[in-house]
Amino acid sequence: MKRDDMEAGKGAANRPPLSLHVPEPHFRPGDKVDYSYLKIPEPDAIPRPDETAEAGGMHALAYGLIRVLDDGNRAVGSWNPRLDPDTLLLMLRKMALIRAFDDRMFRAQRQGKTSFYVKSTGEEAVSIGAALALDREDMCFPSYRQPGILIARDYPIERMMNQIYSNRLDPLMGRQLPIMYSAKSHGFFTISGNLTTQYPQAVGWAMASASKGDTRIAAAWCGEGSTSEGDFHNGLTFAAVYNAPCIFNVVNNQYAISSFSGFAGSERTTFAARAIGYGIPGLRVDGNDILAVYAATRWAADRARLNLGPSLIELFTYRAEAHSTSDDPSAYRSAQEREEWPLGDPITRLKRHCIAEGIWDAERQEAMDLEVAREVQAAQKEAERNGILGHGLHQPDQTMFQDVFEKLPWHLKEQCAQAIHERKLKWPE
Amino acid sequence: MTMVQAINSALRVMMARDDRIVVLGEDVGYFGGVFRVTAGLQAEFGKQRCFDTPISECGIIGAAIGMAAYGLRPVPEIQFADYIYPGLDQIISEAARIRYRSAGDFICPMTVRVPFGGGIFGGQTHSQSPESLFTHISGIKTVVPSTPRDAKGLLIAAIEDNDPVIFMEPKRCYNGPFNGKYDQPARSWADHPDADVDEEYFRIPLGKAKIVREGDECTILTYGTMVHVAGQVLEDRGINGELIDLRTLLPLDIEAIEASVRKTGRCLIIHEATRTSGFGAELSALVQERCFYHLEAPIERVTGFDTPYPHSLEWAYFPGPIRIGEALDRLMQD
Repeated sequence: MKRDDMEAGKGAANRPPLSLHVPEPHFRPGDKVDYSYLKIPEPDAIPRPDETAEAGGMHALAYGLIRVLDDGNRAVGSWNPRLDPDTLLLMLRKMALIRAFDDRMFRAQRQGKTSFYVKSTGEEAVSIGAALALDREDMCFPSYRQPGILIARDYPIERMMNQIYSNRLDPLMGRQLPIMYSAKSHGFFTISGNLTTQYPQAVGWAMASASKGDTRIAAAWCGEGSTSEGDFHNGLTFAAVYNAPCIFNVVNNQYAISSFSGFAGSERTTFAARAIGYGIPGLRVDGNDILAVYAATRWAADRARLNLGPSLIELFTYRAEAHSTSDDPSAYRSAQEREEWPLGDPITRLKRHCIAEGIWDAERQEAMDLEVAREVQAAQKEAERNGILGHGLHQPDQTMFQDVFEKLPWHLKEQCAQAIHERKLKWPE
Repeated sequence: MTMVQAINSALRVMMARDDRIVVLGEDVGYFGGVFRVTAGLQAEFGKQRCFDTPISECGIIGAAIGMAAYGLRPVPEIQFADYIYPGLDQIISEAARIRYRSAGDFICPMTVRVPFGGGIFGGQTHSQSPESLFTHISGIKTVVPSTPRDAKGLLIAAIEDNDPVIFMEPKRCYNGPFNGKYDQPARSWADHPDADVDEEYFRIPLGKAKIVREGDECTILTYGTMVHVAGQVLEDRGINGELIDLRTLLPLDIEAIEASVRKTGRCLIIHEATRTSGFGAELSALVQERCFYHLEAPIERVTGFDTPYPHSLEWAYFPGPIRIGEALDRLMQD
């Protein structure tokens, strides 16, 4: 090659020029949606292996789609968890509650009562299904779109609202973004804004449980976009090496803010298939089918409890709403996408199943929706009595300095005195 | 005891006292670590308490955070401070914030041990002093021992602390106190008073500096390897300086600093880390803010240069007796 060509960035003339691939989603605003490229297999296309089976023999699970509810709203196949009517109706109620909660809190944000909110609309089955399949004592290391874990574990919704409002009864003392809950009492690890940092932490918790001969397991959640983070792979490496009793959930809701899943590598393979390189089971699950979510989680949990180590579950779902209150999806995706998502809406699907089973009907659904809405409304009223963001009913200024360390060191004592002094000058009353 | 033996003794004493203490890191198990600091711990306490990890600082620290959240007291080792960067997000955004962001719901009692500093021909990736990265972060404590006795007592206090601690071990001092004379063989700890270390449990509280030698002509604020170098320079030049080993950089013993500088009126700050935005800048600002009217000369700083640590020019980089001596001359001028 000539030196001039090299400096000009030109390679050998007889080779084809290289080109960079930048992924592009199937649809953009104004495009007509056609989901025919998605392969949606029938339930039981890949039967449920025994929990004790070798991970190497179940690679097909990472490329298929585990489903239980068929197109006729029946629960079928070997993955059917055969839940009793009470559990099905509990799932329905919990999902309805989180949706009502989301709607109410979204509106509160628009009314300026808080700074920020993240809805989990369309993904309710992901967290409710998993939480109900786990034991209450198991520790969850969630991302920010799994409030359903708290809802499933009966955490008081009024307390969640106090946190969203950063008011004087906020259990996190006004320090965290809304929705970034923490509840050790409910097995819910404090949420980080940095993505997937919870993965190695969940593994460490699970390793500790195993090393102490405990029976509790850990579960972690992250989005498909953040599987690109090093922490994801570091966590999986550790879990595989030490056979940690941990379930990794990748919520593939198709979007990382405005970037479609292609920027996390979805054009090449599935996210469940990430597990194969680590030698652990990878299950790809219809995330809008709560029975499938429940069954897969239960399978992975039973496996972990048998000391057979970690599993990875990809929950194939769709983020029906914006990433957050600071996002506008109409600017980057087709308006039809949500309407035509072939795996439907998780609440509608379970409702239809319950009706098909003869344990539910439209009237009871309507009554339940009303009841849930009233419950949320009443909680909101109570929470707002304790203050909303910027209202003055917040934690005292000195609490800003508490919990940085167990005890206040001299430099924080000095800065705390300054904050108290400034408050007196700013607001003399 | 050497510093390596003293740290090993601290870990052994604490692991025997408290079965929540777990030691993890690259090569720390069967082999006992590249510096042999964890030698024998796996044989004595078993693989559940002391084990090797994958080469993943993010994984090591992240897992330790999870273990701490479970209720254990992990003591992860990062093989060289230069390797801590892949684990920094777990330290800065996670370990340091967990107590705060959860309002005490979860805590992170973890002690990250990191050998740091130069003087061993480690080149630019085995010689760095990143302490100011940690002191800049709210929520973590940073401890730097300079002698075997301090290393044991401070490490025990760090392990017992309910906050995350970065425990920085000056590896040039692992096997002997370095006096800065690079053309002479390494000294042994044998004749050093602080090498007489109790085999049993004892603790040295965090946040308390040590006056290594009393004096009234000037104050030297330093830590780690540079404590020994500074002591040698004072001795060689016959200066009656007060030498303060800070021992804990955060929380800092501001009382000891203030009392000394007010007494001597002159202040020299020495560290091995690069100069710009180094911990010396913080010390200098604090002394200026609190002792300005007692100062008789401008505060002096002796530091490493603002370059990566060079391999073959290591001793040209190192802030040794000449750089310190010239700074002392300027400080003592009038």
